[in-house]
Amino acid sequence: MSNRPGRPSPAAAKPVLGRVLKQLIRFYPRLVPVSALCILFSAVVATLPTVVTQQIVASIEKWFNVDNGWSSASGEIIPRVILLAGLYLLSLAAVTAYNQLNAIITQGFLNKFRKTMFSGMQYLPIKYFDTHKFGDIMSHYTNDMDTLRQLVSQTFPQFISSGTIVISVTVLMLYYSFWMALIVAAGVILMLLVSRKIGGGSARYFMAQQKNVGKTEGFVQEMMSGQRVVKVFNHEEKSMEDFDRINGELFEVSYKAHAYANSLGPIIMNIGNVLYVVCAVAGGLFLLGGVPNVSLSGLPFSIAIVVPFLNMCRQFTGNINQLSQQINSIVMAMAGASRIFALIDEKPETDDGYVTLVNAVVDEDGNITESENHTGVWAWKHPHTDGSGTTYKLLEGDVQMVDVDFAYEEGKDVLHDVSVYARPGQKVAFVGATGAGKTTITNLINRFYDIADGKIRYDGINVNKIRKDDLRRSLGLVLQDTNLFTGTVMDNIRYGKLDATDEECIAAAKLAGADDFITRLPQGYGTPLTGNGANLSQGQRQLLAIARAAVADPPVMILDEATSSIDTRTEAIVQRGMDELMKGRTVFVIAHRLSTVMNSDVIMVLDHGRIIERGSHEKLIADKGVYYRLYTGAFELE
Amino acid sequence: MFRKLLGSVREYKKATWLTLILIVAEAVIETVIPFITANLVNNIKAGAEMAVVIRTGLLLILLALLSLACGGIAGFSCAKASAGFAKNLRHDIFRKVQSFSFRNIDKFSSSSLVTRMTTDVSNVQMAFMMVIRTAIRSPLMLIFAVTMAFIMGGKLALTFVIVIPILAVGLFLVSRKAMPAFRRVFRRYDRLNESIEENVQAMRVVKGFAREDYEKAKFSEASDSIAVDFTKAERIVALNMPIMQFCVYFNTVFVLLIGSRMVITSQGSVIDVGQLSAMLTYGMQILMSLMMLSFIYVMLTMSAESMKRICEVLDEVPTITEKENPVTAVADGSVSFRGVSFKYSEQAEKYALSDIDLEIPSGAVVGIIGGTGSSKSSLVQLIPRLYDVSKGSVSVAGVDVRDYSLKALRNAVAMVLQKNQLFAGTVKDNLRWGNENATDGEIEEACRLAQADEFIQTFPDKYDSWIEQGGSNVSGGQKQRLCIARALIKKPKILILDDSTSAVDTRTDALIRAGFRSYIPETTKLIIAQRISSVQDADMIVVMDNGRISAAGTHEQLLKSSDIYREVYEQQTNGGDSNE
Repeated sequence: MSNRPGRPSPAAAKPVLGRVLKQLIRFYPRLVPVSALCILFSAVVATLPTVVTQQIVASIEKWFNVDNGWSSASGEIIPRVILLAGLYLLSLAAVTAYNQLNAIITQGFLNKFRKTMFSGMQYLPIKYFDTHKFGDIMSHYTNDMDTLRQLVSQTFPQFISSGTIVISVTVLMLYYSFWMALIVAAGVILMLLVSRKIGGGSARYFMAQQKNVGKTEGFVQEMMSGQRVVKVFNHEEKSMEDFDRINGELFEVSYKAHAYANSLGPIIMNIGNVLYVVCAVAGGLFLLGGVPNVSLSGLPFSIAIVVPFLNMCRQFTGNINQLSQQINSIVMAMAGASRIFALIDEKPETDDGYVTLVNAVVDEDGNITESENHTGVWAWKHPHTDGSGTTYKLLEGDVQMVDVDFAYEEGKDVLHDVSVYARPGQKVAFVGATGAGKTTITNLINRFYDIADGKIRYDGINVNKIRKDDLRRSLGLVLQDTNLFTGTVMDNIRYGKLDATDEECIAAAKLAGADDFITRLPQGYGTPLTGNGANLSQGQRQLLAIARAAVADPPVMILDEATSSIDTRTEAIVQRGMDELMKGRTVFVIAHRLSTVMNSDVIMVLDHGRIIERGSHEKLIADKGVYYRLYTGAFELE
Repeated sequence: MFRKLLGSVREYKKATWLTLILIVAEAVIETVIPFITANLVNNIKAGAEMAVVIRTGLLLILLALLSLACGGIAGFSCAKASAGFAKNLRHDIFRKVQSFSFRNIDKFSSSSLVTRMTTDVSNVQMAFMMVIRTAIRSPLMLIFAVTMAFIMGGKLALTFVIVIPILAVGLFLVSRKAMPAFRRVFRRYDRLNESIEENVQAMRVVKGFAREDYEKAKFSEASDSIAVDFTKAERIVALNMPIMQFCVYFNTVFVLLIGSRMVITSQGSVIDVGQLSAMLTYGMQILMSLMMLSFIYVMLTMSAESMKRICEVLDEVPTITEKENPVTAVADGSVSFRGVSFKYSEQAEKYALSDIDLEIPSGAVVGIIGGTGSSKSSLVQLIPRLYDVSKGSVSVAGVDVRDYSLKALRNAVAMVLQKNQLFAGTVKDNLRWGNENATDGEIEEACRLAQADEFIQTFPDKYDSWIEQGGSNVSGGQKQRLCIARALIKKPKILILDDSTSAVDTRTDALIRAGFRSYIPETTKLIIAQRISSVQDADMIVVMDNGRISAAGTHEQLLKSSDIYREVYEQQTNGGDSNE
């Protein structure tokens, strides 16, 4: 899986474009060709007036000086006009059809693409989210998607349509006159050169604009969220200065990008005008000078050839102008698409686990059998790869780490030789400075990251063999940064166990000590939460997160600074609930407040990825080591 | 609203007018060209002299070049005007936000301010560009082209009498129907993006509970329903194209049929072949102009939402303003609260602070403790006038804080906020926030005082080490000490620490406080803390409970008189007093 397109480069544009097209056709194998045909048809019809005009003008010439000419001419002219009108009607149907189809295709395509991206993202390892900026991930869904919309809804159809017109007009030109066609060709080459030059410049500045917008956004983000500090330090003028500088840079590139883009149209159109005049004059000179015509049709020079040529000239100019306007969106879309593909192509987290969690029944002899029903008893179903059949083992919550080494980045070890034995029902605490590796240990137990060396066993089974979903379902997780979802309070608690009844959720909230404040909310459990629970205090949000973990009722809980934002008095109240919650479960606690960890069965003191002390609170105090110094406040924790 | 925003065009007015003039010129030339061309064609057809043909040709080329120059320059000036307008808008919004009080800031979330300054401004920029390029040009083109068509084609121009109303009504109906649909879609789109945001930020929770499939289903549903709505809206707009095409086709057929008859029957006296083809050109011009007008209509309505959001910020009235002739010097660090009550918003029922009376002499050390939500922070925020009292008054050095100039007051009061923030830049850059002109010596002294010098010396580049945005590459304790040092560099009369040493160990905490006592004895120090040990040696400790002062006194007094204080003290020292 090495196809991770990096930054967009011109060379990479083609495969990306091809990939977008391929996806498009795969999503809509019938609609896309039908729509393309409709565009093609209407484009061809759009060139027909030229032919008809040529013939009509020829008729006019023929009957111009004849008395009562119309009665004779009408015989030639009217059928042609009727034929044209008929084709127009068909084309109108085609135009209507492809415009409707395009709306359907574009939105359907974006929807499928968005969903592909989102579902792919769900299975990416935590590492991806730890190493990519949040804003960057978001912009794949907003800006990058928007460039794709532009590409599918406008650029592609425009290319088919303009391309067809350019080709058919070229053929017509050659049909009527080589000489005139040569003049037009020269003009067109000039237009293409100009549009490549200007269009390229504009695309370059548009990319720069995108970058500068990002920079401005970053600065504004920082200043807006730090606005209070700005005020406290009277720093308004200074930050205004900094902002004006960045703002000025954005102006420069934005100005240039739009300047190039804006002037491209008028320049092309007026080159077109010049070309038009040159055609007219040249045609006139050819006529007056009696130059012999060279053409596919073999028609001699006449006003009937010059007039349609003038129209074709316009048509050519118009379409080249349209195409040149698309250069920007192609460049931008290619960059956007390759960023989206980079996300889609990101390697999902590997899961080779085959041990699964099943409902079980235990008979009197202690034999475990699998059950279809919800029995309240869970067991690991372990099909052995050596062919010795399937065994079952009760889910108990015994976690062992043996000689574990780990590094987030190659060569920078975060954990060395860490061994932890947690028997079912034990409370294990981790204490240590920021960066000592406390959270890393819990990241390894639920396999947010995979270990480099050593073994982690859950109920005696190597965690690598357990299916990730089942492993994680058996581990409750409460983090320092609580994340709540848009929905009611009840919905948020139920997130821990989707089929939980209201009663179960309320019981869990009571256990966590959250019931008290929830019932005092305006709509109780039905209170809607938005913006990550913005209407709740940090402490209340942590209580909800605890309730959410409680309703899942897992045998193992990981509490990573779960009560850090609750003040000591409230914590004392919550403590009872917490003790209740931890009863009978294996618990890993990370807390910076030592009062939270004191009653653990075993406390591990971590320093630079090594366990330097372990034992109960009493033992560690008696040892008068690092823990003792931490406890007495002689040592800084974070 | 338009006028208000247009006020930000300022120095780009010239570019705006230039654009308008050039574009009018371009439109005139563009309608003249087909007129002259028609004559040229007729001349050629009639077999005129070569000199006449060339002369007309040269005139036409000249006109085209003129139009090219106009269009090209207009492209530049228009880009300049609109990009400049956007720049000024961003500048104005940013400036406005700088004048906001904390109460104003509370009203807008920082992410909404960011969107207003980026997405919304760029929407307005595009709309502005569109308007100056086409708002005058399109109606002019329409009028010119119709006039020319009538002058030239006579009765043939009747086609436009039929076609223009059809197109105008069609376009109008389509945009009127599509607009609400689009607005609905955009609102849903915003919500979808919010839910993606939520998902990404909560990824650990999603994975921790193995809820990937659940999230997928949730997203899928939301995404599908948007696709349905969006398709509906797009399909309405997609009707524009066939309507437009119909008019073009109608025009062509009409001109060819009636026109050719007119040419032949009148034998070229009313119109001739040249006019015939010019009529087709005018037809395109007229219909395109109408199309552009409908674009403008759509764009303006679409960006109206953005304009409204920008105006909301620009119209916000800063709730904290300076008096005329304010006091510009703060004499000492004494603080007094007299009958102070305070609530965060006028509508709030509950007061965050009630009936506060407190006298703090200059140079005193005051500790403030209390549970979450007891309004400790609210109390101290009134001193540098981050908020204004609802009732009563707060005075510094005997003068009501509302009588000072904000600059003087805030320079005299240094506050280390609970939600601390460092900014992207070097350590020194960050520290100089306290005083731009601080010497290296002063900076180092402040850092030694805040116990920060020691760890800064261990950084590879010492004081020039780079701090990431938000200070994410230093530990919590280090960040807090840097923030204290930053405040000390101000050499304040009053220093407020709002729970600013929570991540610092007790020994260092004690060293910092000892430093305060010996180096800045005249500075009044207010210390909010969770840990009793951080405040117990203060001259006075204030115990806050539910927005009121529950008790005040020294450590010993409070142990006797305050239940809350004793309870917290016992909890924190429980089993750990062997060291004290």
